[in-house]
Amino acid sequence: MQLSTKHLLGIKDLQASDIQTILDTATQFKEVLQRPIKKVPTLRDVTIVNLFYENSTRTRISFELAEKRLSADTINFTASNSSVSKGESLLDTVNNILSMKVDMVVMRHSASGAPHFLAKHIPAAIVNAGDGINEHPTQALLDAFSIREKFGSLEGKKCAIIGDIMHSRVALSNIYLLKKMGAEVMVAGPPTLIPVHIREAFDIRVEYNLRKALEWCDVANVLRVQIERQNQVLFSSLREYSLAYGINRKMLDSLSKEIVIMHPGPINRGVELDSDVADSKQSIILQQVENGVAVRMAVLYLLAEKQPTFNA
Amino acid sequence: MKTILTEEQLDITILRLCHQLLENRLQFDDLVLIGIQPRGIFFSDRIVNQINLQIAPQKITYGKLDITFYRDDVRQGLHTLNQTDIPFSIENKSVILVDDVLYTGRTVRAAMDALLAFGRPAKVELCVLIDRRFSREVPIQADYAGKSIDTIITQKVKVLWKERDGKEEVVLL
Repeated sequence: MQLSTKHLLGIKDLQASDIQTILDTATQFKEVLQRPIKKVPTLRDVTIVNLFYENSTRTRISFELAEKRLSADTINFTASNSSVSKGESLLDTVNNILSMKVDMVVMRHSASGAPHFLAKHIPAAIVNAGDGINEHPTQALLDAFSIREKFGSLEGKKCAIIGDIMHSRVALSNIYLLKKMGAEVMVAGPPTLIPVHIREAFDIRVEYNLRKALEWCDVANVLRVQIERQNQVLFSSLREYSLAYGINRKMLDSLSKEIVIMHPGPINRGVELDSDVADSKQSIILQQVENGVAVRMAVLYLLAEKQPTFNA
Repeated sequence: MKTILTEEQLDITILRLCHQLLENRLQFDDLVLIGIQPRGIFFSDRIVNQINLQIAPQKITYGKLDITFYRDDVRQGLHTLNQTDIPFSIENKSVILVDDVLYTGRTVRAAMDALLAFGRPAKVELCVLIDRRFSREVPIQADYAGKSIDTIITQKVKVLWKERDGKEEVVLL
C-alpha cells in the first residue's frame, strides 16, 4: 500500500506493483465520486500548486477537481499571466511559490525533463502532468484504468496506439505502462510519425497499415494529430492523413470483432476519428475523462503520504 | 491469551443484540444498518442475517462503509482501502453503525463524518461486539454492546471469524 517513489515523474520509474496500487486506489475513489457528497477530507492539510507552463483543458480541470475532492488547498498558475513573461527562471518561480508553504507541485511544461530537473532541486513532491514529448503519466494511468474497467485486466490485452507516436507523450507513457502490466502493444501510423528504432527499443509491434492494426487489436488508443506541427511536412495534408489513418464507421463495421476506441483528447473530428465513431457505444472517451479524476485523486493521495506529518 | 467469548457465547450474544436492536421498533422501513470496513463486516453480516430471519419477509437495508479517507491519521502511514457499498440515501433514516471492537472511539468518529456524505440521518446509534471500557480518546459510547471488558493499553482484543480465521471466538492477547 505504498509507492516506491516520492514523485510521479513518469511511468518509466514506476514498478508494476506501484501501478497496481494506483489503479486499485483509484477504484475506491471512483466510488467516492458516485456519492451524493463527492468530497472527502483526506488531504485537508495539504496545499498543491498547479503549475501549467503549457495550455491544457482536461488535465488542468481534472487535477483541480481531484485536489478539491480531496479537500486540498489549490493554487493555479499559468505561465502566460505571471512573472515568467518578465523572465523569471523555472527554479526561481517554483522556489518562490514553495516558500509560501506548498507541499506538492503538479506541473506541465513544454520542455521534456523539466519536472525531473525540479525534483532534484526542491523538497516538494512533483506530479508530472506532461513534459514536452517525454511522458504524461496520469493519462497513461487513466487509460489503463479505463481498459481494466472494460476488460477486467490488462494482461494479454492487445492495445494499438495509433497516430503521431513521434511527438506524443501519451504514447510513450502508454507504451511503458502497458508493457509493465503485461499487455501486448502495437504502434501504428504513417512512417514519418513513428520513431525508427521503436520496435527494438521497446519490443513492440509496428504497423503502417491502419486496417491491419485494427484487425489485430482489442483496444485502439487513437492519438490527436498535432495540427500545430503541420508546417513540418510530416504528412502532406490533413485530408490525406484522414484518408489513410482516419477511423470511420464503415471500417469499424467491417472488422471481424468489436474493438474499443479510446482518445486522450482533444479530438480533431473528421481527421483521426469520425463523429459517428467518437460518439458511438464502442468509444469510451468520456469514461476516460471521468476516470481521470479518480486516478489523479489516487496519485495525489498516495504521494501525500510521503510528506512530513505535523509532528515530524 | 484469555478467551473472552467462546463460539457458543458469541452466538448467544449476537442473538441477544439482534433482539435489543429490534425490541424498541414498531416498523423497520427506516432502519439502516451500516457495517464498518474491514473488521466490522463479519459481525454486521451476522447481525443482518439474524435480523432478516426475525422480521421475514421484510429485509433490513444494509450497507458497508470504509472510513480510510476520513481517518485523523492519514498522514502517519497508509491503510489498505476497502469497498464502500452504500447504494441508497440515509436521509432521515435511523442508522445503526456496527463494528466489532470499540476502543479509542476514533474509528467511530471518522465513520460518523463519513456517513454524512450519504445524507442526514434522523438518528445514529452504535452497536459493538466488544466494548473496551475506560480507554476512549474521544467522547463516544456504544448504545448496544455485546460484552464490556476492562483492558490495559498493551493488551489486544482479537475477534476470530470462521470465514477468515477458521474458528469463531473472541480472545484477549
